[in-house]
Amino acid sequence: MAGSGEKKNNVVALSVAGFVVAMVGMAYAAVPLYKIFCQVTGYGGTTQVAKKNEGVVLGKTIVIRFDANVSKDMPWKFRPVQEKMVVKIGENRLAHYKAVNLTDKEVTGTATFNVTPLVAGSYFNKIACFCFTKQTLKPGETADMPVSFYVDPEIATDPETSMIREITLSYTFFPVKEDVQTVAGTIDKVQR
Amino acid sequence: MSANAHAVDHHTPTGWKRWLMSTNHKDIGTLYLIFALVGGIIGGVMSMMIRYELLEPTMNYFPSGHEFNVAVTAHGLIMIFFMIMPALFGGFGNWMVPLMIGAPDMAFPRMNNISFWLLPAALTLLVLSMFVEGPAGQNGVGGGWTMYAPLSTSGQPGPAMDFAILSLHLAGASSILGSINFITTIFNMRAPGMTMHKMPLFVWSILITAFLLVLALPVLAGAITMLLTDRNFGTSFFDPAGGGDPVLFQHLFWFFGHPEVYIIILPAFGLISHIVSTFSRKPVFGYLGMAYAMAAIGAVGFVVWAHHMYTSGISVNTQAYFLGATLVIAVPTGVKVFSWIATMWGGSIRFTVPMVWAIGFIFLFTVGGVTGVVLANPGIDRAMHDTYYVVAHFHYVLSMGAVFGLFAGWYYWFPKMSGYMYNETIGHIHFWVTFIGVNLAFFPQHFLGIAGMPRRIADYPDSYAAWNYVSSIGAFMGGFAVLIFIFGVILAFMKKEKAAANPWGEGATTLEWSVSSPPAFHSYDNLPRFKG
Repeated sequence: MAGSGEKKNNVVALSVAGFVVAMVGMAYAAVPLYKIFCQVTGYGGTTQVAKKNEGVVLGKTIVIRFDANVSKDMPWKFRPVQEKMVVKIGENRLAHYKAVNLTDKEVTGTATFNVTPLVAGSYFNKIACFCFTKQTLKPGETADMPVSFYVDPEIATDPETSMIREITLSYTFFPVKEDVQTVAGTIDKVQR
Repeated sequence: MSANAHAVDHHTPTGWKRWLMSTNHKDIGTLYLIFALVGGIIGGVMSMMIRYELLEPTMNYFPSGHEFNVAVTAHGLIMIFFMIMPALFGGFGNWMVPLMIGAPDMAFPRMNNISFWLLPAALTLLVLSMFVEGPAGQNGVGGGWTMYAPLSTSGQPGPAMDFAILSLHLAGASSILGSINFITTIFNMRAPGMTMHKMPLFVWSILITAFLLVLALPVLAGAITMLLTDRNFGTSFFDPAGGGDPVLFQHLFWFFGHPEVYIIILPAFGLISHIVSTFSRKPVFGYLGMAYAMAAIGAVGFVVWAHHMYTSGISVNTQAYFLGATLVIAVPTGVKVFSWIATMWGGSIRFTVPMVWAIGFIFLFTVGGVTGVVLANPGIDRAMHDTYYVVAHFHYVLSMGAVFGLFAGWYYWFPKMSGYMYNETIGHIHFWVTFIGVNLAFFPQHFLGIAGMPRRIADYPDSYAAWNYVSSIGAFMGGFAVLIFIFGVILAFMKKEKAAANPWGEGATTLEWSVSSPPAFHSYDNLPRFKG
């Protein structure tokens, strides 16, 4: 092979290798992009965050059900105060959850959330929610956890969502990651 | 092969150095083929174990469902990464691409060596993973080849999953290096006069496959690296407790996983075209259409990944898009099937061993394609998802499509690679036993799937017993056919019946038939001039 041929080969090989590196970068870039994508589109039942409710209130009502879960290494009791609510579409309402720390240690938790049917995610707006920040409960403490929400009136006009009569809002509390080890230890103690 | 006229002016290594330190595309191709045979036997033994377990209801072979799942996982990963890809892409690609384009060797011979030798290390890691702890108290990875989180993160805390992840890293690095080599070779080292549009279709198929690998594998590498750090270093890419999302893994995996199925099948598309044209004694019908159909399949293959995820909660509009995009792939695939048949039309067809395998390929791949079109519909897929219908579908396109392509290529190029002719009768028996065996094994799985039998279960209700029995008998028949194949190969090497440079006559027009069988250790000292 002549010298020029080798140089040509190196150019092709290095460009392809650069491509490979870029694709690995793309895979990692997918992580924040996916998060943004879910927040913007309500994909996977991701709910929306609103500053305040300025929409109209429709005469039509919709049933909101409330669901509460804790992950297996979260030593809290976590329950909705009301099982369901009948709300007017567009109307601003306040719902309550109750959480109890069952351990003798301070535990910080964070809640993930979504709604089902998943397509309703882009029409379910929260103005204030305990899930926006981490929550810390002192040993044995009971806390009221409110969520202020409304259902966007456009849900009634979108052909994919106009048939929805019932939306379930679900939360799952997880221990904040750096606490996982200590919390798991506490569960052992409580069970004993 | 060792002693030839060029031995004086060329360095010709001998003994173990010839293989371990090989920089010769033919020797590396041979190593890939031997490696694929070893991988195929290990993966094949696993499939026999799986079908023996499913022969009758009740657990009659594996101690528990986990060991069954370990076998299913290893069978899938080994057959894809350590059998089909090394054979079609590494083996035939290394052997034939330089010969077909009139190049003396690959562009980067040393890189070619490391591409191969990463694979035995990767296979070793994967085999080792079966003997170290996965879930607490049990050995091996039982999460399926798709490795979905959270089963692959918190579900299998032991080191087995880490072994499997590192195995895939090595196999991926091997394929990426191989792809860089093929792309450079095909772009820069074609014989004078061979333009891109005169390149043999097999070379086109390897070029497109190499591009798919370069685009898809880094995404898999990224995704499994995230798995690795989620498992060992406290990140939470796929862990909702830390703000991650397990469904993200599915997106990343299938962005790799769907092109991967085209990576597996495209080289088979390429070589089937040569075989059909050779034994119909006609040029390939619609050469350019064939080349660009492969390019189109490769390109569209990147935008259909979520059809594997219809049940993960994606919206109706998204499902409609992925349905449409998936059905679009049937068009270039249809162009290829049509062109193969049109190549045969009016030709003087000889039903030699490679030709019967090629026709078997076209028929079975089309059957698998049709069930693929069925599964592309989200409404039907709701019922079929993760059932044996899906298992039947992808075994028709891969186990019967790609593997029939592999055997077609093997019987087509064996005389060229070894210099010996094989026994035609044994080749035909091998074909018919395999054909009947695999159809008996996989066709009833459509019925099981429609009846609702889920995949990845070691035991099942009695109502599924009859077709499972038939399926297992078929699988054992397919396993027996592998023994016929190995017998045929051994016989060919024992009888040493010399093959001519071109044993197939005037239909075989590509450059590899212009050199001796087997080719000299260093071919094309004088570059061939290509006029066509």
